[in-house]
Amino acid sequence: MSGGSRLDPWVDSYASRAHAMRASEIRALFAVASRPEVVSLAGGMPFVQALPLDMLTETAQRVLVERGAQALQYGSGQGDVTLREQILEVTGEVGVTAHPDDIIVTTGSQMALDLVTRVFCDPGDVVLVEAPSYVGALGVFQAYECEVVHVAMDDEGLIPAALAEAIATTRAAGKRVKMIYTIPSFHNPAGVTQGPARRAEILAIAQSAGIVILEDDPYGLLGFEGEPPRALRADDGEAVIYLGSFSKTIASGLRVGWAVAPHGVREKLVLAAEAAVLCPSNYAQLTVSEYLATQPWREQIKTFREVYRERRDALLESLQALMPEGTRWTIPAGGFYSWLTLPEGLDATAMLPRAVANLVAYVPGTGFYSNGEGRQNLRLSYCYPEPERIREGVRRLAQVIEGELELTQTFGTSHMLGDVSGTSVPSPDLQ
Amino acid sequence: MHVLVLSGGLSAERDVSLRSGRRVAGALRAARPDWEVVEHDVDAVLLSRLQQHRPDCIVPLLHGAAGEDGALRDVIESLGIPFVGSTAAASRLAFDKAVAKELVAQAGVRTPACVSIPQSTFRELGAGGVLDAVAGRLGLPLVVKPTKGGSSLGTSIVHVAADLPAAMVGAFAYGDVVLMESYVSGVEVALGVFEREDDLLALSGVEIVPEGDLYDYEARYTAGTTEFFCPARLTDAVAEAAQAVALNVHLLLGLRDWSRTDVIVDADGTPWFLEVNVAPGMTETSLFPQALVAADVSLGELTADLVEGAVSRGR
Repeated sequence: MSGGSRLDPWVDSYASRAHAMRASEIRALFAVASRPEVVSLAGGMPFVQALPLDMLTETAQRVLVERGAQALQYGSGQGDVTLREQILEVTGEVGVTAHPDDIIVTTGSQMALDLVTRVFCDPGDVVLVEAPSYVGALGVFQAYECEVVHVAMDDEGLIPAALAEAIATTRAAGKRVKMIYTIPSFHNPAGVTQGPARRAEILAIAQSAGIVILEDDPYGLLGFEGEPPRALRADDGEAVIYLGSFSKTIASGLRVGWAVAPHGVREKLVLAAEAAVLCPSNYAQLTVSEYLATQPWREQIKTFREVYRERRDALLESLQALMPEGTRWTIPAGGFYSWLTLPEGLDATAMLPRAVANLVAYVPGTGFYSNGEGRQNLRLSYCYPEPERIREGVRRLAQVIEGELELTQTFGTSHMLGDVSGTSVPSPDLQ
Repeated sequence: MHVLVLSGGLSAERDVSLRSGRRVAGALRAARPDWEVVEHDVDAVLLSRLQQHRPDCIVPLLHGAAGEDGALRDVIESLGIPFVGSTAAASRLAFDKAVAKELVAQAGVRTPACVSIPQSTFRELGAGGVLDAVAGRLGLPLVVKPTKGGSSLGTSIVHVAADLPAAMVGAFAYGDVVLMESYVSGVEVALGVFEREDDLLALSGVEIVPEGDLYDYEARYTAGTTEFFCPARLTDAVAEAAQAVALNVHLLLGLRDWSRTDVIVDADGTPWFLEVNVAPGMTETSLFPQALVAADVSLGELTADLVEGAVSRGR
C-alpha cells in the first residue's frame, strides 16, 4: 500500500530483530506502578537509601579533586587495573580466584552479558537457560538472534537431568548449543538457589558436553543465612565465565560490573568492549575503587542483607497469611525475588490491569520466558518497598486474585483473547 | 498567562497522557513564548498547588477514568478555574460509550447495535446463557470492549462464539461493565472537531489501516505499524457525511472546544458512530494532531486560542 503515512520514514529499513521492539499495553501499565499510591512489587531497584550517602559524596568528590584528570579521561578498554585487583577481593567471597588480567570491567554486568553473547553466538545458535530466566538476558539472546531453550528448575534450581536431556535433544536436532546461562544463587526471577551437589553435577554435565557456562551472580553476596554460596567458577576457571556486579552491593546507578573469563575469551571480550563503548566510565570505576579502598564495604553488604531479609520476611509472612488456597511461592534464601504460582487456571498477564487498578503491581511470568510460558506465574520483588508497604501490597494482591478466581468461575476461563505482545517487563528505572 | 497542563493520573493510559501533555505543553510554549506553561500530574499535591499558585487556565489532557469521566473536571469547575475542553457533565455522557451511543442514536446518527452488561449480571445469571442471548441478538462478529476507557485497552473482535468468554475476561480487566457491539466492516476513520471564533469546524478524517484486524494499543503507539491516510480515501460526499457525524456528536452531547469522534464507514458509504473522546490523544502517533498537520493548523496556536477562549468565558 502506498500514499499513506506510517509516521516513521525508516520503517522498511529496520533489521528484522527490531520488529519485536513495540509499544506494549502491559509495559504501559508499569507507568502507573511508579505512582506512590501503588505498591510496586514489580521492579528490581536496589534500596540505595541504605547507603551512607554522605560518605559516598565525599568519595566521589575526592576522586574528582585528587584524580580528576584521570577520572574524566578515556581509560583502558579492559578497565582500571586497581579496580580489577579489588574485584578479586570481592569475588574471593564466593571462592573465585583469578589474576587481575582475567577480569574485564563493564558498564554493569548487563554489558558483559551482551559482549559474551556477541563473541560466542551466531544467529540460530542455541542458548540453554533456566525456566524461567532473567528477562535482561533473554533480551540480549534475542538481539543476537539466538534460539533460547528453557530447562526446568525445581526448588534447588536447574535440574541436572533436564539439562543433560536438553543438550542431547538439541544436538540430536542438529543444532549447536553454545552456552548454558545460569543464575545459581538467589535466582531472578525464581528466588531459588543451587546447592553444592547440584552445582557439581551441572558443572560436570557442561564439562562433559564441552559447553561453556555463563554464570550470572549479581546477588551472590546477598544471602540471608551463613556463608555466600560458592560460585561455579570457583571450581573451573576454563569452563565458566563469571559475571559480577556492584549494582546490588554498592549502587546500580554507578553501572559497574565485570566478567571473569579464561584468557582467550577475555582477549575477545576486551576487543568487543572497545568496539561497543571504547571503555567503561573512568569516573564510575575510580569512585567504586575509592569506595572499596576507604569504606567498610563488607559491613555495608551486611546492612543490605539485613534490610532485604526483613523485607523477605514481611513478604513471606503476608503471603502465608493472605493468599487464597492453591497459590504457591518460592522461599528465597537471599536476593530480591519470590516466584509465585497462581491457583490453577489463572492468568497473571490478564490479571495485571485489575491489579494496577487495585494499586498493586507485579511482573507477569511471561516476561521471563521466550516461548509464551509463565502465564500462571508472577514475580514478586521485595527489595524496594518498606515492610509495611509490602504487607499492604500482598493484601491488595490477595483481593485481586480472589476477584480473578470469581471471574474465572463466571466465564470458565481467565485468559484474554489474543496474545499481549511486546515487552512485558518494566523499564529499569521503575520501582 | 499562566497555563497548567494536566496529564498523567492513575489510569491505564497514564503513559499516553503524559506524552500528550508534554506535546501540547511544548507546542503552547513555542506558540506563546511569554506564557508560563507548566505540566502537572494529578496527585495529592495538585489541589494545594492550584490554591497557592492559581493558574489562569487549565488544559486537562488526562485519558481514561477521572480524566475523561468528568470527575476531575467537576473539581476544576468547583474551584472556578477556566479550563479547555468539555464540561464535567458532558464528559460524563461522552465517556460512557453505551450512554453516548444511545444519545446519538436517538438523534438519528447510525451506530452499531450493542448491549452493555456489568460483571455482576454474568455472575448472577450465568455467563453461558447471557452470552448466548447477546450473540443470538447481535450476531457475530462482535466487538467487545469496556464501556469506559480508551486506547483500545481490553478491546477485541470476536468471530466465533467460543472466543467470547476470553474476550469478556480481557475487557473486564479494564472495567466492571462491558460493551458488546455488532461488528461493522468498513473503513475506520477518526474525525477531529474544534471550536474557533464561534465556529465549529471538522477536520478531514484520518483513515486508519492497522497491520492486523484491530487498531490496538501496539498499533496505536508503535510508529510504523499502522498506515494513516489524511484525508481519508473517501468520496467527497462520504467524507462530508463523516464530518457531519462528528459535528453532530459534538453538538448533541454538548461538548466544548475539541473532541475526536471515531467512525466506521461501511461499504455503502454510511458512517457509523463508535465513540467520542473529550481529551483526544496528542502523542506523536495520535490522530487529532495528524489531522491538524494536514489542515495546516498549528497545535500550539489552536491550544492557545482555546486557552484564551476559556479565560474569556471564565469557566
